[in-house]
Amino acid sequence: MNAIAVRSEKSHDLGPVEITLEPKSLRTPQRRRRILPGFHLTLGFTIFYLSAIVLIPLGALLLKTVTPTQDYPTVFKVIGHVFSVATDVRALDSYRLSFGLSFAAALINGFFGFIAAWVLVRYRFPGRTILDALVDLPFAMPTSVAGLALTQVFSTNGGYIGQVLFHWFGWRIAYTSWGILVALTFIGFPFVVRTLQPVLGELASEVEEAAACLGANRWQTFLRVILPAVRPALLTGVMLAFGRGVGEYGSIVFISSMIPYATEITPQLIIIKLEEFDYVGAAGLGLAMLVMSFAIVSTVNLVQYFAAKKRGIA
Amino acid sequence: MKRATSDHWLMRWFFIGIVCAFILFFLIFPVCVILIEALRGGIALYFSALSAPHSVSAIRLTLLVALAVVPMNTIFGVCAAWAVTHFKFAGKALLISLIEIPLWVSPVIGGLVYALLFGRQGLLGTWLDTHRIQIMFAYPGIVLATAFVTFPFVARGLIPLMQAQGSAEEEAALTLGANGWQLFWRVTFPKIKWGVLYGMILCNARAMGEFGAVSVVAGSVDDRITMPLQVEQYYLDFNLPKAFALASILLLLSAVTLAIKIGLEWRRLAPNIVRPH
Repeated sequence: MNAIAVRSEKSHDLGPVEITLEPKSLRTPQRRRRILPGFHLTLGFTIFYLSAIVLIPLGALLLKTVTPTQDYPTVFKVIGHVFSVATDVRALDSYRLSFGLSFAAALINGFFGFIAAWVLVRYRFPGRTILDALVDLPFAMPTSVAGLALTQVFSTNGGYIGQVLFHWFGWRIAYTSWGILVALTFIGFPFVVRTLQPVLGELASEVEEAAACLGANRWQTFLRVILPAVRPALLTGVMLAFGRGVGEYGSIVFISSMIPYATEITPQLIIIKLEEFDYVGAAGLGLAMLVMSFAIVSTVNLVQYFAAKKRGIA
Repeated sequence: MKRATSDHWLMRWFFIGIVCAFILFFLIFPVCVILIEALRGGIALYFSALSAPHSVSAIRLTLLVALAVVPMNTIFGVCAAWAVTHFKFAGKALLISLIEIPLWVSPVIGGLVYALLFGRQGLLGTWLDTHRIQIMFAYPGIVLATAFVTFPFVARGLIPLMQAQGSAEEEAALTLGANGWQLFWRVTFPKIKWGVLYGMILCNARAMGEFGAVSVVAGSVDDRITMPLQVEQYYLDFNLPKAFALASILLLLSAVTLAIKIGLEWRRLAPNIVRPH
């Protein structure tokens, strides 16, 4: 068997380039994929950097929930403390607030985001492109700037809208749960719009025409044809907005009064634990948040998996 | 005929009205408020607020952090995209999922993990203390926490872009005798440069504006905090003119970011990111 080995002359920068053209290598795709240089260098650096910045620090969080310290000398005492902090009434109240308000904000965004995506995809009107561009504003804007601005708009004393609402109706927005809801809605708005836009754009108009030919009115077409087709995307967008809201901190700092048991969100509680030097407790709350975020992200992936599977069969 | 796939004009303008009202009320109005409040005391006061020592040191630190984080994450993003799109290996799907972790984790967790590692009661706390290495409440800690939250920005744009481009041109260059560097700089880089730029500006915007992660590792030492934290500090001190002046700079940054982003998207140079983040 005559093997032909080709070696590039100047190939030391990204590792040796070696193409071995022998009959066997032509049959195994595994060898053919590695024709390009730099596999070990790039994958090596990727794994190194990923470990250094993300995996090892996250591992430290897990390790911290089982590592004995001066205050909690045995593993069982550490785990016990982690558990008691994560299931403390104050923590439970913060979960309820974070999750409840994020969910409410995600639903609001699901509703308005759907209308916005529909308008931006389906209608042509002057200013559409500007409107489309503005949707990304909450992505580009630092959360603290958003928080500061919304507080200035909604505070009861001197806020542009807040003082009107307070004097006319007696409503308080800033420094209450309503303020947090406003901030979370602001932060989550682009998620639904941006997930729905491509799906709505791809929706074939023939399907709608067919529905109309079969005697469906516009509302029936919407409910029975359009909505089922975009439901996975809508759900994904809402879940993404929800996930982002649960972890949000920067804007809430400004607009919430952070009163324990009432307007205190979980990320704030983590920071308080750190300031009290209760690192084990902070790690416990961090672990609880990680588990919950993981559940949200898994749901998103499941939704997309089933949507893809259904499309494959249909 | 036309009615089958289009809505009644009344309905159309009603929906357009709702969207305009929502965006005007929720997005444009707060932006205007920042600008109005920043310039309320006049131009002179605005610039004196910006040239206050704390403002200057915050702007400087923010720039220094972005200067470290953006190149780090860009190099990582290019390497990760190269490895993932040009080669087949076991655990590739897992690697891609792991790269996306910082997107769905709370930014506060991004700071917390480093606090638990390098803080005084952290796992490496005593060791760092005896060797007098300062990571928490200092520049290295802020850089690490910022790198964590902006970690996937370049990679997740480049991966779909390079996937779509395939490796045919690189393989052709290889047969013509190009070495690794020539291959990258003359063949691959011209194809992905706008995608890299796109990732870099998103990474930069987030790096300069990050609050949650940095607030954990930066503490509240006045001359060692970034712009978003300084905005909060001014706000807590009831120094509203300075808070809004500094916030207006961050706002300007996000406007520039948005302009570049939209420019790239309109010229169809931006990578197609399926899921927004």
